[in-house]
Amino acid sequence: MGTMVDITGLRKEFGSIVAVDGVSFTVGQGEVLGFLGPNGAGKSTTMKMITGFLTPTGGTAKICGYDILEQPLEAKKRIGYLPEGAPAYQDMTPSAFLTFIGEMRGLSGEDLRKRVSGTVEKVNLQSVLEQPIETLSKGFKRRLGLAQAILHDPEVLILDEPTDGLDPNQKHEVRTLIRTMAPEKAIILSTHILEEVQAVCTRAMIIAKGKVVTDGTPADLEGQSPTHNTIVLTVRSGDVYAMQAQLAKIDGVKKVEEMGQDGEFTQFRIFPDPGRWIIADVGQCAREQQWEVAELQVERGQLDEVFRNLTAPKQALT
Amino acid sequence: MGRIKVILKRELAGYFATPIAAVFIVIFLLLSGAFTFYLGNFFVRGQADLIPFFDFHPWLYLVLIPALAMRLWAEERKEGTIEMLLTLPVTMWEVVVGKFLAAWVFTGIALALTFPMWITVNMLGNPDNGVIVASYLGSLLMAGGFLAIGSCMSALTKNQVIAFILSVVVGLAFVLSGFPMILNLFSGWTPHFILNAVSSFSFLTHFHSISKGVLDLRDIFFFVSLIAFWLFATATIIDMKKAE
Repeated sequence: MGTMVDITGLRKEFGSIVAVDGVSFTVGQGEVLGFLGPNGAGKSTTMKMITGFLTPTGGTAKICGYDILEQPLEAKKRIGYLPEGAPAYQDMTPSAFLTFIGEMRGLSGEDLRKRVSGTVEKVNLQSVLEQPIETLSKGFKRRLGLAQAILHDPEVLILDEPTDGLDPNQKHEVRTLIRTMAPEKAIILSTHILEEVQAVCTRAMIIAKGKVVTDGTPADLEGQSPTHNTIVLTVRSGDVYAMQAQLAKIDGVKKVEEMGQDGEFTQFRIFPDPGRWIIADVGQCAREQQWEVAELQVERGQLDEVFRNLTAPKQALT
Repeated sequence: MGRIKVILKRELAGYFATPIAAVFIVIFLLLSGAFTFYLGNFFVRGQADLIPFFDFHPWLYLVLIPALAMRLWAEERKEGTIEMLLTLPVTMWEVVVGKFLAAWVFTGIALALTFPMWITVNMLGNPDNGVIVASYLGSLLMAGGFLAIGSCMSALTKNQVIAFILSVVVGLAFVLSGFPMILNLFSGWTPHFILNAVSSFSFLTHFHSISKGVLDLRDIFFFVSLIAFWLFATATIIDMKKAE
């Protein structure tokens, strides 16, 4: 698992605004790093610096050992990049566009032809190959952008919102494609869809106001959720206070909250003491009390809750 | 070098994939013909040369070339394709030169299509074909000058209309600086060397001396260095403004 992307102290100022403020991290082969953050957090700016489009105010990025500032051509050869919005020349056809990209990347002849047709198959573009790009749907344009990025089989893939604007089936296809490519490559993708992080990323990084606020596996992030490992129990309504008191008596239970009633059923959320696994005890308690259980489950934690906690502006205490 | 060719090929194909090529070439041919025969009194003069034809080129280029050049960078920035283009393994100057060359080759094609004019004058009399070849070369160099200015103006903005107007204005300054009307404004109260400097920047002065058949290296050098300067300015502006 060699390091393929090595970023140190990346910083970008636009006038007096600091868009990216000292971001450092590394990505190794086989890793899929998800960049999360609210709009304007600096995700795209960071990607634009890694790919050599913007010159950083400070710090640098090394791609497979090549510094993007000192050896830009060598570094860029190893990157496949899908910019935000998947731009392409509107009056070209996908076939001509991909050929152009291939030629720019130094491919030619039979090799170029094979790469183009192979990539077109991977992203399912066969049906629109000879239509002007401006007439294509958003989904096709996005897939063309992806095709352009993976055409030369790069070691590093940088994808800015790869599934934005796709329908659920297309999203699934693109995620599958990313997962199949992942083992040989280092992939960085930005998204604000949290399920995407759970679906494809081996590692997630939340960026807010130009700084990395957290970096870990998606499971680590879930662990930061206040509802991580809590038990949700839904039972037929009865004496709610007695039930709550009964649940609170279980060993290892820290707190019991009533989450609401809908007609016949009442839902409780049971918070365990740190590190305790209490679902079996809760189940047993319900059986002993002969409650009619409709649902009993352990919650993994809500990523969006973690996301909000880390990135939302702090509200004044009331 | 290979990548410049790839860019040139794509850009040139782009002109022909849209109505731009047809519209530009037809209008260029119509106007250059109309100017030569009606305003230039081609027949009345009774001389076997193409002076009335070439005399109108600076004015034709002044209006038509900005229309060709305005999309060079403005469109690229508006569509966001500039980000994709500049993150390919290519240097800035390769992109700037490739795009410029494509527009220049396209203008050359339009200019070459005026060949019936040359045939006509050869059928009617015995013109000095050496002068005509030099004039064509001078015209092409001047077109390059206008294009390089247009490229730079196009880099300044995402808006093609603004790019067009700016290129016309800057182009006009370069044409007019050799005009007696403008030079008279300066003569009498400015030192001689300023007058010389102003007139030496004129497209007209250099174009006229080439189209007399005198291929002076200084005139060629003027256009070549002018093109180099504006292309350098283009690259600098793109580098500065690409974040926007």
